[in-house]
Formats: sequence, C-alpha cells, structure tokens
Amino acid sequence: MKNYLNCETTIWSWLSTKDHKRIGVMFLVSVTLFLLVGGVFALILRLEHLTPGPTLVSPNMYNQLFTLHGVVMVWLFLIPAIPAGFGNFFLPIMLGAKDVAFPRLNLASLYIFWIGAILTIYGVLDRAADTGWTFYPPYSSQTYTKATPVLLGVFVLGWSTIITGVNFITTIHTLRAKGMRFMDMPLFAWALYGVSIIQILGTPVLGIILLMVVMDHSFDWGLFDPARGGDPLIYQHLFWFYSHPAVYIMILPPMGVVSEIVTSMAHKNPLSYKAIAYSTFGIAFVGFLTWGHHMFTSGMSELNAGIFGILSMGVAVFSAIKVFTWTGTLYRGSVWIRTPLVYIFAFLFLFIFGGMTGVAVAATSLDVHWHDTYFVVAHFHFIMVGASLTAFLAALHYWWPKITGKMYFEGWGVAGAILVFLGFVGTFFPQFLLGNAGMPRRYYHYSEQFQALNVLSTAGSWVLALGLLLVLVTLIWSLVAGEKAPANPWNSRSYEWMTPSPPPKENFPETPRFVRGPYDYHLPLEPP
Amino acid sequence: MNLAVPKLQHHFEDLPKQAHAARLGMWLFLASEALFFSGLFTLYAAYRAHYPEIFREGVAHNDLVLGTVNTFILLTGSLFLSLALWALRAARRALSVLLTAATGLAGLVYLIIKATEWAHHMAEGIFPGGRGRFFVENPEPAWAIFYTSYYGLTGFHAIHVTVGVGILAWTAWWMHRERVGPAAAYKLAIVGLYWHFVDIVWLFLWPLFYLLRNPA
Repeated sequence: MKNYLNCETTIWSWLSTKDHKRIGVMFLVSVTLFLLVGGVFALILRLEHLTPGPTLVSPNMYNQLFTLHGVVMVWLFLIPAIPAGFGNFFLPIMLGAKDVAFPRLNLASLYIFWIGAILTIYGVLDRAADTGWTFYPPYSSQTYTKATPVLLGVFVLGWSTIITGVNFITTIHTLRAKGMRFMDMPLFAWALYGVSIIQILGTPVLGIILLMVVMDHSFDWGLFDPARGGDPLIYQHLFWFYSHPAVYIMILPPMGVVSEIVTSMAHKNPLSYKAIAYSTFGIAFVGFLTWGHHMFTSGMSELNAGIFGILSMGVAVFSAIKVFTWTGTLYRGSVWIRTPLVYIFAFLFLFIFGGMTGVAVAATSLDVHWHDTYFVVAHFHFIMVGASLTAFLAALHYWWPKITGKMYFEGWGVAGAILVFLGFVGTFFPQFLLGNAGMPRRYYHYSEQFQALNVLSTAGSWVLALGLLLVLVTLIWSLVAGEKAPANPWNSRSYEWMTPSPPPKENFPETPRFVRGPYDYHLPLEPP
Repeated sequence: MNLAVPKLQHHFEDLPKQAHAARLGMWLFLASEALFFSGLFTLYAAYRAHYPEIFREGVAHNDLVLGTVNTFILLTGSLFLSLALWALRAARRALSVLLTAATGLAGLVYLIIKATEWAHHMAEGIFPGGRGRFFVENPEPAWAIFYTSYYGLTGFHAIHVTVGVGILAWTAWWMHRERVGPAAAYKLAIVGLYWHFVDIVWLFLWPLFYLLRNPA
C-alpha cells in the first residue's frame, strides 16, 4: 500500500517535500546526529576528568569542548528534538488535519535549522568558541576564538524555533477536525501549544541579545564592557529571560509525551485531563518570571532574590500536579510494561529527583553554596537528560511502529532503557556529591580528594554511551529485520493509531470522524 | 473586470479558514517581533537609568525636526495603506495598487531622511562603539553607550522598514499582475499588519531619541 514513505522515493522528493511527516522525520534524523556529536564532546570531557591533572586534552580545548557540548545539546538537540521532530509528525494527525497550517514555512524552518547548524559547526572547526553556552560578556566580546559564527548560528536556529511555534499554534486554532473542541485534543497537542508560546515570546529576546554580543565581538561596540561604561548584568538578565523559559521548551514537550504514553500503556483515561492541560500553561507562565534565580550571586537585592526564589518554587507546584496525575493514571490501570513505559518510569524517578534539587537550589541560602558547582550541573542534567532525553527515547520507541512501519525489538529495547538509566545515574549522581563537597564546574583541574567520584562519573558515562549505542543499533536493525507493525500495537485510543502504520500521505485513508475522545478507554476498541 | 480568487490549499476546508490562519500566523509573528524589540528597549531603559544626564543631552543633540518629519511620513504611509485595504475591499484595484505603492514610497523617503541623519552624525565624528573624534571631545563612556544604542535601535528598525518597502513593492506589483479582487484583501491586510507594527516601533523610538530632552 502507498504510504508517506514510498509514495515518492527520490532524494529531491524529500528535500522539497511539504509533508509535515517527512519534515518531522528529517528533523528527527538531524537531531539524532547532533545528539551523537554532543555526546562525543561529553565523553571526551568526562575522560579528561578521569585524573585531576591533564589527561587527554589541553586546557583551552577543554573550555571549547564544554562550550560546544552545551551549544549543540541545547540548540541542536533538546530544543528542536520533540517539537520539531515528533510534534511536526504527530500534531496534524492528532488533530485529524492533513498538514500544518503553513507547510511551506514548515519546510523553511528545516532549512533554517540546517543553515544555523552549519554556521554553528563552522565555528567548531577552527578556533572553536570557548565562552560556555551562556556566552557571558565581557569575556565573549573579547575572546580570540570564533564566538561570532556560533552566536550567529544560534540566532538563525532561533528563527527556526519561532516559525515552528507560529505554525503549531495556528494549526491548533484552525485545523482541528470537525467537532473537536480544545478540551477534546490529545494532551500532546496541549504540551505543544504551551511550548509554542514560549518559543514565540522567549526566542526573539535571545536573538537580539546574541546579536548585540556579535556586534561587540566583531565590531567592538562595547555595549557590555564595564571598562567602557557597559553593564554585563543587562546581558545576563536578557539572556536568562529566554534561557530559563528555554528549560521549559525542553521539558514541556517531554511532558506531553509522558501523558500520551502513560494513558496508552495503562489503557485508562488520565486521572485529570484538565489538570495536565492547565498545569502546562502554569509552567509556561511562571517560567517567564523566574530567570533571576540564575543570578543570585551576581549582585541582586535580597528582595529580588526572594521573589525570584519563591516564583521558581512555583514551577515545582505545577510539575507536581503533573507527576501525581501521571502516577494516578497508572494506578489500577491495565498496565502493559513495554519499552516506552520503562523509559517513563525512569523519567518519573529522575524528574522528581531533578525537580526536588531544583527547589533546593531555588532557595537563595543554599544556592549561594551550590552556585557554579557540580551540584548545579547534576541538577540540570537530571532534568535535561534524565527527563528530556529519556522522554525522547520513550517517544522514539512508542511511535517507532507508526513512523517506520516496523516494530522495534522489545527485549533489546528494555535492555537499552535499563542501561541508559543505570549509566545516567552512574554519571550524574556522583556529581551531586562532588558539587556539595565544593568542586566547581567548568574547571580543567580539580583537587585530588574528588578523584574517586569523578572516576565513577566517567565510568557511568561509558555505560550511558553503551546504552545509547545499543538503542541506535537495534532501532536501525529493526528497520531491516523488525516485524511489520500493526496500525495499533498498543491498543491505544489516541487518534494517531487509527490510521495505518506508516500513515498514508494524507494522514488518513479518508477524512477522519472522531466520534469518541482520545482517552475513552471505557468504550470498546473499534476494529482498525 | 476579472477578479482573481486566491487558491485554496488542500489542507483547509474553505477560504475564510485559510484567511483566518494567515492572519493569526501574522499576529503571532508580530508578538515575536515585539519581544525582539523589547530586548533593545530594555537595553535603552537600563542605560538611561544608569546615565540619565548624558542620555538627555544626547537626545537634545539629535535633530528634532528630521525625527518629527519622519514620524509624519511614516504615519501618512500607514494611512495610505489603510485606504488601500479599503479600496481593495471595494473592488477598486487600481486605486489600491496606487495607494500601496505610495506607502512603499513613504517608507523609501523615511529611509533617505534617516540615512541623512546618520550621515550628519558621522560627519560629526560619531560612529558606533564610541569611535570618532566626537568621543575624543566627549570622553565620558556614557556618550558612546548612548550613540551605540541609537545606531542599534534605529538600525534594526531601519532594517524592518527596508524589508517592509520590499514587501510593499512586491505586493503592489502582485495585485496589479494577478488582477486580484476583494477575496484576496486578507493578504494585503497581513502586509498592513506588519507595516503598522514597524510604524508603532518608531512611535516608541521617536520619544526615546528625539522628544525626551528636557531636564526633569
């Protein structure tokens, strides 16, 4: 049967496609490639810390590696991965639409992403930037390394993000199937709505402030140079005005993935649909008012710090609502423990751990002690890798049958999930202890008493890498040797499972009529 | 008269829905643009709070007449564009094309005046980043900060005006060539949204760089 994969097969038919599914697949392939690149940087960093002194790379190269690891992982993997990849693929299908509202712009966003990626990578090849992914001036204005192409690359990537956000909100407003109200949408669509708001309102502020640093770096404008009357704190405020909400760009889509997988695998409606949908907007809103907690030690008044601290803890309230709703959904469900759900178990554990340490660092008195130590590194990796990457892998397995038409290997899938989880905890749990003991982040050397935990962390990174490699190899192998996927391998009620695997070019063989909700598990499953 | 109707794309059920999507998309994009400029305005506000006296003197140094004439020109252009939309909805295409082109022309005149101002500044030895002889005579660092933000803010605004002039020229040509009718008016309305937005940004730049010149 003709589907979106085999309806046209030339390379040009892919490069010029306006089909949201193909664009989503190309985003997924691209971000997976950058996950590997960023992962290799991380492995070298961990290897360098095997011994307290020089191990493998020079001090300069160390600075460049942690900068590029951050830049690649944040802007080339975490931010686009779930919205531009899975979001593009599944949002129109979940709404019963044939495409996103602006298909041509959607293709443009992919090309803009590639251009931004090429610019960024160009800045890596020779005299790579060494500023840290935060590009703090005045250092970033003065470094001899190629900060400018990396900054411009991130600026360009921002436009790709904005276009995706505009496209998603417009699609949700105008292309829902006949009779589908907002509160009938699958929860993944709500997560994408929330994240699109942040993408539209946060990204341009990052764009303009990075352009100002480009002007400082390339044309010596001196806007943030204290020696010339400039104020680097203004940069920090504007940078975090985007980059803190950016954390929610990286975590809201994974939360949408969790909502989908938990309901599908528990075969039960969510404990509270409204709680999950509304808390998304709670996070998106409060997330804009918490940026100051990155600057507690930058000279902030006690009143300001107190307000930012309390607002930051507010995020935990909305996150907790979601966690309780997910666990409540699993309770007394008819739970199928499959690879995606194993990843979700890992997600819940790591997200709660990362979230609770987040509440701890939001308390100013504690933050002053932990600021710029490995404690903070461990905290945000628990959220970014422990939660976001884990949800990405869960989504990859969950939707693999729909996207490729092949089943992954269940046993290998579970083995990969367990390896990734163990490797992750091995890598990052010791870093909490290191940070609490006072090991600063971004230092090339460290004191000898920290070595044992660092060796543990480096060993953990190898297990994590092995796990990810296993996932990659077995998934690719399943394309060749995997069983053919049925339309609905999970007995899910969500709409994307009502169409064949892989879906036809127009998403559904005929215009879909959604006569029941996406979580109506009390109704019998209609035949495919 | 042949009134062309825009093509309905395959994923929309009807033309009003397609027009609604296009309008919504533009509003969302403008929200993004507003935040883009808000970063620059924050820079200005913070530095004005740091250096109130020199920022005031700097504003007084700018040419109030040229700045005000430019405000008048941009607003007149926006009026033309509103009338162009009204004309197209009333199926008077030739008038609409003329008015749209006139708006683009107003944008062009604005850019010429703006460039003249910049040329005056440069003749005085004022360049971005505190370079030029003006800053030798006025060595306080705040002068450099003031003029760098001036070039930054008016420069980014001018880029938006330039893009707008290009879009207006293309739109006028497209309306003429495709012989469009009232059904395509939503496309002109979207161009108008962008152009009015660029105007509104200037309505903030005008006081910040020309009017706020008297001691408090």
